[in-house]
Amino acid sequence: MKKNFEFIAALAFLGVVGIAAIAGLPGNILNLLIFMMIIALTAQGWNVLGGYGGLSSFGHAAFFGTGAYTTTILQTSFGINAWVGLVCGVILGAAVGALIGFLSFRAGLKGSYFALITLAFAEVLRILANSWDFTGGAAGMMVSINNGFAYLQFSDRRWFLLILIGFVAGGLLLTRWLERSAFGAYLIALRENDQAAQALGVDIFKIKIQAITLSAAITALAGCLYVQNFLFIDANVAYGSWISIEALFAAIVGGAGTMLGPLIGSVLLLGLGEITKSFSGGIAGVDLVVFGIILILCVAFAPNGIRGFVADLWYRRKSRGKAM
Amino acid sequence: MLKAHNLTKRFSGLLAVDDATIDVAEGPITGLIGPNGAGKTTLFAMIAGFLNPNAGTVTFQNEDITSEKPHLRARRGLARTFQIVQPFAGLDVRDNIAVGAFLHTKDPAEARRLATLTAEKVGLGHELDKLASGLTIAGRKRLELARALATQPKLLLLDEVLAGLNPSEIRDVLPIIRQIREEGVTILMIEHIMQAVMNLCDTVYVLSQGKMIASGEPRLVCTDTAVIEAYLGHGAAARIKAEGAAHA
Repeated sequence: MKKNFEFIAALAFLGVVGIAAIAGLPGNILNLLIFMMIIALTAQGWNVLGGYGGLSSFGHAAFFGTGAYTTTILQTSFGINAWVGLVCGVILGAAVGALIGFLSFRAGLKGSYFALITLAFAEVLRILANSWDFTGGAAGMMVSINNGFAYLQFSDRRWFLLILIGFVAGGLLLTRWLERSAFGAYLIALRENDQAAQALGVDIFKIKIQAITLSAAITALAGCLYVQNFLFIDANVAYGSWISIEALFAAIVGGAGTMLGPLIGSVLLLGLGEITKSFSGGIAGVDLVVFGIILILCVAFAPNGIRGFVADLWYRRKSRGKAM
Repeated sequence: MLKAHNLTKRFSGLLAVDDATIDVAEGPITGLIGPNGAGKTTLFAMIAGFLNPNAGTVTFQNEDITSEKPHLRARRGLARTFQIVQPFAGLDVRDNIAVGAFLHTKDPAEARRLATLTAEKVGLGHELDKLASGLTIAGRKRLELARALATQPKLLLLDEVLAGLNPSEIRDVLPIIRQIREEGVTILMIEHIMQAVMNLCDTVYVLSQGKMIASGEPRLVCTDTAVIEAYLGHGAAARIKAEGAAHA
């Protein structure tokens, strides 16, 4: 029942954002919301593997960047439609995920070793993208401006926000399915105890590969959408560690392994960052200081993220009500 | 049903299991006893696929499964519990058991329905919504049992499900194990609590220092000289016999 309530509340929130956008929001707020949704989607991808599967990746940039570069190269060098590019980006991102997963899980990597190996893969891709010609080298690549639905670019950015909201809602739906399905149960089981999971017939290697593939696909999708909004990428944007950190930061602060975590985390982090920036009078990097403080507070007082913290408060209040 | 023949396991210098053979017939409950450190759990781990033996074979229903992975053995109908309980701490009791039930159905509602039924069978019916981390030791032992049962096994390997329970809890669990057997599940159990072994088992194997030293009916095995000496030390059997004669 409570999960239903959360799901409906999240959809209602997205609906309100969408309606507010249509009714008219200032451009800077619109841009912030677009960025929030892109990060939320990236974090939703991270959450499948890192949250539900307990396999914390520090290298989701590898998938984000692969999605972003694939669609950019297909559009600029081959003149392929943006939507087709997006699908190809997702598929290639998922393939990179499957490959990294195959190599790391076959070697039985988990915990900090897995985190480090994913970071290493992302860095390798960053360096390659920075030097190869077909990725534009250090100069990066631009997607030429062509407004219209077919090009997945809009002069009116409200449409783009609505599409993003649709994808984030899709991510919520997927997570909700995950929490109920056999696949999700197996994924959580191997996070909690991989030996016990195997004893119950769980092919943990297969489940991990499926999880990283799905996780990579979602994050690659976010990468594709990032390009469609900003129309420019270079190696440091696409494969830089900033996006790996945003992904895990939003999911962990919001609540890793929960349906709402990534959305709560990205809205809160980017929202607070923006508020601080507007009050700080342009001191560079002050929003990062706020990020740091939030992380410290979370680690100290809300190890299960904000979703977990609120749920705890809720239960405590309810049980106190019962006692009286 | 299960034939584990001439199994040997070495951990670098230590010979944990030395050429041990165990045959489990379909139907009755087979016990595996032995002093601490005898290699019982190691033998179990080889049967369930968590360790590969250095020598020997494991056959289940006439198929060689010696080097098969644990999850494939589980699909064949070979389930185990762990001596040190391994609950999925962050999941509630129902979902813990459902992980086992998902082996035979992919339908979430059906898996959770089966989980509820299994929980009721082992006496966890009133704790379905509790997190596994909130269970007592007795509760966790029952959860181990329920999870394994939910995979609908043909052969159930129980690794000291009674250890750590108090006498009244043991009295509660014994009928559950008996009922599982009556439903057609063959059981191989490691147990230290002799009351339970005598009560439940039809055949008992005794492992000592990695070697199988005796097997047979529980009552006969308990009077076996080698078994008494394995537990109580060299010469103990003779002393007990002498004391018995004196009392008579």
